[in-house]
Amino acid sequence: MPGGNVLLEARGIVKRFGGLAANDRIDLAVHAGELHALLGENGAGKSTLVKILYGSLQPDEGAVSWEGRPTTVGNPAEARALGIGMVFQHFSLFEGLTVAENIALALPPDAAGRGLADDVRSVSESYGLPLDPAARVASLPVGVRQRIEIVRCLLQRPRLLIMDEPTSVLTPQEAERLFETLRRLAGEGCAVLYISHRLEEVRQLCHSATVLRHGRVVGRPDPKTASMADLARLMVGADVQGAGNREGRPAATGPVRLAVRGLSLEADTPFGVSLDDVSLEVRGGEIVGVAGVAGNGQDELFAALSGETPASDDAAIEIDGRACGRMGPRRRRRLGAAFIPEERLGHAAVPAMRLSENAVLTRHGTDPELATGGLLHLSQARGLARRIVERFDVRAPEGDPEAGALSGGNLQKFVVGRELDRRPGVLAVSQPTWGVDIGAATGIRRELAALARDGAAVLAISQDLDEILEISDRIAVISRGRLSPAVPTGDTTREAIGLLMGGAGD
Amino acid sequence: MRIELRQRTEDSRLMVWLSPLLALGLTLVFGTVLFAALGHDPLRALHVYFVKPLTEAWSLEEIVVKATPLALIGVGLALVFRANVWNIGAEGQYTVGAICGSVLPVMLPDLQGPLLLPAVLVCGALGGMAWAAIPAFFRVRFGASEILTSLMLVYVAQLLLDWLVRGPWRNPEGYNFPESRLFEADAVLPALAGRMHYGTVLALVAVAALAIVLGRTLKGFEFRVIGAAPRAGAFAGFSERRSIMAVLAISGGLAGIAGIGEVSGTIGQLHPSISPGYGFTAIIAAFLGRLNPVGVLFASLLLALTYIGGEAAQVSLGVSDKIARVFQGAILIFVLACDVFIRYRLHFQPMRRPAARAEDAP
Repeated sequence: MPGGNVLLEARGIVKRFGGLAANDRIDLAVHAGELHALLGENGAGKSTLVKILYGSLQPDEGAVSWEGRPTTVGNPAEARALGIGMVFQHFSLFEGLTVAENIALALPPDAAGRGLADDVRSVSESYGLPLDPAARVASLPVGVRQRIEIVRCLLQRPRLLIMDEPTSVLTPQEAERLFETLRRLAGEGCAVLYISHRLEEVRQLCHSATVLRHGRVVGRPDPKTASMADLARLMVGADVQGAGNREGRPAATGPVRLAVRGLSLEADTPFGVSLDDVSLEVRGGEIVGVAGVAGNGQDELFAALSGETPASDDAAIEIDGRACGRMGPRRRRRLGAAFIPEERLGHAAVPAMRLSENAVLTRHGTDPELATGGLLHLSQARGLARRIVERFDVRAPEGDPEAGALSGGNLQKFVVGRELDRRPGVLAVSQPTWGVDIGAATGIRRELAALARDGAAVLAISQDLDEILEISDRIAVISRGRLSPAVPTGDTTREAIGLLMGGAGD
Repeated sequence: MRIELRQRTEDSRLMVWLSPLLALGLTLVFGTVLFAALGHDPLRALHVYFVKPLTEAWSLEEIVVKATPLALIGVGLALVFRANVWNIGAEGQYTVGAICGSVLPVMLPDLQGPLLLPAVLVCGALGGMAWAAIPAFFRVRFGASEILTSLMLVYVAQLLLDWLVRGPWRNPEGYNFPESRLFEADAVLPALAGRMHYGTVLALVAVAALAIVLGRTLKGFEFRVIGAAPRAGAFAGFSERRSIMAVLAISGGLAGIAGIGEVSGTIGQLHPSISPGYGFTAIIAAFLGRLNPVGVLFASLLLALTYIGGEAAQVSLGVSDKIARVFQGAILIFVLACDVFIRYRLHFQPMRRPAARAEDAP
C-alpha cells in the first residue's frame, strides 16, 4: 500500500436530481500513487461522483480539496489544470481524423503544436501503449482507440487519472497491458481512480476500494484481502447467485433451430471484416458462445444473423429448418427469431424515442396488436413497455420516458426484456451484459439460461471470456472472420480458447 | 458574471414550443431597430406590417391564399426533414408541378369536362414527384447529397419554365408577353370565397393526413426511426433507401400540387414568376412549425402575413419589396438560434476569485 499524501479529498458530497439523491454524503480520499477502485452497481452514483470530481457537475453540498487545499472544480478545463485527467467509457473521438489530430483537439492550443506527433509517439511508447500518430481513427479497433484517450490524458501529465470501465472493451491481453501501464503510473506517484464492475481485476490491480450503493458509501474493503463474494455482496447488497452451473449438464439433444452453413460475406466497408465460410449449428436447449477479440467479425456475424446484411444464398442461414439467408430482420423475427445487438443507443434502441415506441421497433412485425393495417396502437405499445419494465426490473423514470433517459444498464435490461418477453425460439445476442452492473448482468445471464432451458436455441457473442465460460454449453471462437468448430465447454480450457482468439486456428 | 450554456439531461419539451415564440419576439425587436434605422417610426411601421393586414377582410383573404402553397409544401418538408432527408429544392418541384399540371390546359385547350381538373392536379403532383425523384435516385444510388442536387434542380426548373413560356407555350393571343394561354374554366380550381380557392382545402387535407401518418401509422414511425437512428431502423427491418425515396416523393408531390394549385387557382396561366419563393419560405414554415404538420399550418399563416405585410410596408412606407425576405430570414435565424435552448440551458456563473495556485504566487 503506497503511503503517499492525500491528493484528492471529497467530503460530504451531495448531489440531487429531482427528488433522488444520486450522491448522498459521500466521503472519498485518494492518495498519491494509489490505485483506488470505485465499485458500485449501475445507478449507485459512481458516474455522478466522478463527474463532480472532474468538474462536469457541481455538488449541491460538500467540499472537495486538492492537496489539502479547499478547491472548487468549475469545469473539466479547471480539472485538467489541477492535474486531473479522465478516460471515459464511451470515447469522444472523430473517426475521420488521425490520432494526432484527435489529440491536438483536446489539448490547449499552445500544446498542440508541431512536435505533437513526436510527443505522442514517445509518451505512448514509454508507457507501453504504442500508437501511430498518423493513423486514421476509423481504421482502429476499440482497444487502440482507448489508448488514444489514455495518451491524450498522459500528455497533460495528470496527477490523478480517472478511468471509467476501461477494460469493458479490451481483450484480456490488452487489459493486462493496461494494468501494467496503470501500475507504472502509480509507481511514478500518479493516483488512479478506477471504476469497474469486474471484481477480479479490482482485486488484482487496486490498493484500496470504495463501494457505493444507492448513492452512499457502503464499505471500504481492502481489495487485496476481500473475496470476490465479499465485494459483490457489498455492491448489490445480497448474495449473488451464478447463472446456474452449466457443467455436468448433458449435451442438448433438441432439434437444430439455428444453422449457419458455409456463410461468406465480403466486408462492405474498408474497415469491416469479411466472413469466411462460417458454419454453426445451435440446438434447442443450448447456449453456444462465440468468443473472440473485438473486431474479428462479430458485428458482421451478428448482422448476417439478424438479416441486416442479408446473405446472397437463402440456404446460408436456417431458422427452425426454414432457409432465410436472404430475408430481412422482420421476416426472420416472424420465424421466431429474436436479436439483441451490442450497441444499445442508436442500434437496439432509438434514444430520442419513448420506451413504448422502442417496443414497437422490434415487435411490430410479430405482435399484431401493436400495428394493424399500418396503424399503430400506442396504448398497446405503452402497455407492452410497462410490462417489460415491470417484468425485467427496469429502473426508469415514471411514465413513458425516452430511451436515452435510462442508464446504460437499465436500457440493456429493457432491450433484453423486449426480446425475451416474446419467448423467441432462436435468440442471437451480442455482448449481452456490456457495461452492465453485476446484479443486472447476473439477471440477464439467468434469463438467457432459462430461455435455453425452455427449448430455445441461444447464440451469445461476447468478448467477455468469463461470461462465455459461465453461460455457454458449447464454445466457438471467431478470429479474422473465421469461426472455429463449437466444442463443449467442459472439454475446453481457457488456454485453448485464448490460443484460438489469438489466431492459432487460422 | 459569466454566462454559460449547459447541456440538459433531456430535451426541454417546453422550449420546443417556446422557441418559435421567443424568435418572433426577437424578430419584432429586430424590426424595431431596422425601421428606426431606415428613418421610420418603428411602432407605426410594425403596425402597418404586422397588425393592419389582420384588420381587413381582403388582406386576411390574401393571407389564406398565400398560406395555402406554404402549408402544402411545408408539411411535405416537415416529413422529409423528420426522416433526416434535406430537400431544399421544393421550389423546383413546385415549378415542375406547375409545368406538368399545365400540360393539358395549355396544349389541349379544347379538352373539357369534370375529369379535367383532377387530371390537372394529378399531373402536377406527378411532376413534383418526378423532380424530387432525381435527387432521391442520386442519393440512394451514388450517395450524392440531396441538399445540393435538389437545390440545383430549382434553377433547372425555373429555366425550363422560362423557356416554355417564352417559346413553345407562349400564348398566341398574348401580344408576345412571356406567358401561356389562360386556363379554361374546367381546368381552374374553383373559388371558395373571394380569391380563396379549393387549394386551401387540399392543404388542410394534407396537414391532417400527414399528422396521422407521422403520429399514428407504422409508415410514419418508420420514417421517424430512419431519421433519428438509421441503424436502429435497419435493425427493425426498415429500408432506409425506400424511406428516402418515399419521403422525397411525398414532399415533391405536395410541392407539385402547390405549384399547379397556385397556377390553376390563383394565377390562371403560366408565367415566369409564379412563385415569390414559396418553396424556400416553406422551409422556414417547416422549422417554425416544429416539423409538426399542425404547427406548420400556423407557421404558414404567419409567414403569409410577412408577405402581405411586406407589400403593405412597400406601399405605405415606401420601403424595398425585399423587406418580406428580410423578415423571413430573421425569423429563421432567430428560431434556429433559440432552438439551442431545447438542448441547453443558460447558466449564470458568478465570477470567482482567481484559482488557488495564482494566489500562492508572490
